[in-house]
Amino acid sequence: MANPWVLFLLVPLVKIVVILGVVILLAAYLSFFERKILAYMQIRIGPNRVGPRGWLQPIADALKLFVKEDILPSRAEKFVYMLGPVLVTAPALVVFSVIPFGTGFKLFGAEVTPYLTDVNIGILFILGVSSVGVYGIILGGWASNNKFSLMGGLRSAAQLVSYEVPMGLSVVTVLLMASSLSLVKIVEAQRNSGVWFVFPGFIAFFIYFVCGVAETNRNPFDLPEAESELVAGFHTEYSGMKFAFYFLAEYANMVVISSIATVLFLGGWLPPFPNWLAGVWAAPVFTWIPTVIWNAGWFLVKMFAFLFVYIWFRGTFPRYRFDQLMALGWKVFIPVSLVNLMAVAFGVLLIGGSR
Amino acid sequence: MTWFLVHFAQVVFYCLAACAVAGAVGVIAFRSPVHAALSLLATFLAVAGLFVLMEAEFLAAVQILVYAGGVMVLFLFVIMLVNARTIPQEPQYLGRLAPAAVGLGALLAVLVGVGLWAAAHGNPGDASSLRQVQGVPLGNTEAVGWSLYRDYLLPFEVVSIVLLVAMIGAIVMGRKETGKEGGA
Repeated sequence: MANPWVLFLLVPLVKIVVILGVVILLAAYLSFFERKILAYMQIRIGPNRVGPRGWLQPIADALKLFVKEDILPSRAEKFVYMLGPVLVTAPALVVFSVIPFGTGFKLFGAEVTPYLTDVNIGILFILGVSSVGVYGIILGGWASNNKFSLMGGLRSAAQLVSYEVPMGLSVVTVLLMASSLSLVKIVEAQRNSGVWFVFPGFIAFFIYFVCGVAETNRNPFDLPEAESELVAGFHTEYSGMKFAFYFLAEYANMVVISSIATVLFLGGWLPPFPNWLAGVWAAPVFTWIPTVIWNAGWFLVKMFAFLFVYIWFRGTFPRYRFDQLMALGWKVFIPVSLVNLMAVAFGVLLIGGSR
Repeated sequence: MTWFLVHFAQVVFYCLAACAVAGAVGVIAFRSPVHAALSLLATFLAVAGLFVLMEAEFLAAVQILVYAGGVMVLFLFVIMLVNARTIPQEPQYLGRLAPAAVGLGALLAVLVGVGLWAAAHGNPGDASSLRQVQGVPLGNTEAVGWSLYRDYLLPFEVVSIVLLVAMIGAIVMGRKETGKEGGA
């Protein structure tokens, strides 16, 4: 480990490859879980032909999309049309560079952290990078030169800009409680205060969740791709690989929103109720598990619980009308989150934050 | 290889600066408004990179969040709503403004030159003072917060009032006139 190049280049490279691989696999299998869960909710069986119980279905879907013909509409703006899928996928994957999956551990004598980096503006970085993802949708919709695509792109621009505000405000309440922007420090603040921020900040959590659903264009806020009105919205003209990128980005964004919710509100990698269940978690059955797997396991459990609610939403709620969506964002969520922010600020002033 | 490591920051700086300038040129050179907006976006991102290079990561994040994520999205939204594919080739009346443009450009060049000269020859200032308040070392975010809400509180409030006035003005102008009231 004497060679600085190993620490400087090789370790981050390996981490990048691992994180990218895991995230892309997660996104692909999320689509499988969605189809399966929706199927059971609608008393069907769902995909069960490819591999045992259909477990190879996402792989087959990916291969199919890879080899399909990639059609370029003749009247499209070619450069912007190509740029769209890139701009929507790259930010969704870049965000994972700052999401902490656990605490540092020793590997071959060197301290390794199960995240790529811990920047001290972590949550701002995430908000900033994911706000760039909007361009992929707007530009893709515009460049397709199709009225349905354009309508979908415009809808998503209005929707994403509107719902970013209450989402940011609800994230700020967490920052007030943790008095740090770094995601690792936010989780540590939850460990030190002994309570997950979802309990003192349940209003912020609710607002964050609903806005997260809106930000990822998911049901009941999936107006940018409302199939009964706009064919398929902004990605109507996309096919083959480019469509696959939009598809991947949508599911990767769901994983992003769930991961951030886990870190900010559900205590990240911490096991639940450390105050009451400390004895249980200290039992030999659990301490035998390596720390990395223990931490990452809790992270994944919480994240998948969140993702399940996402899919549950889709199976339950009908789609909003666009004016209802806008009214909900501007007239309900922004005032409520502002009042909530002030209340939490007063609370932190009275009780004291984690510092 | 060692040369590269030593001058890494400079190499990155010149790459980002070239991107920013190229984007700025693109804004006025492209005929399609969407392409112009995209090159403005490239400029914003390059400037955010320059902020990171100066260890002002808070500013970089806010630059991306506000300008790239908010302002430019609204620009694009409006451009797409009016559906202007290209600016029509009409006779340009801007020609008569050329002397004014040259004069203003010269003034700007002189001002920037003076500023650069002053920065190069004057007292460089203690950069570490930005990193601590009352002797306590701070991060970027805290430093910005302290100087904004303690040292420059009044200008900050004045700016927010100016923004509020502009917003009210926009709402008044954008409102549809209703009934006999005749609008605002």
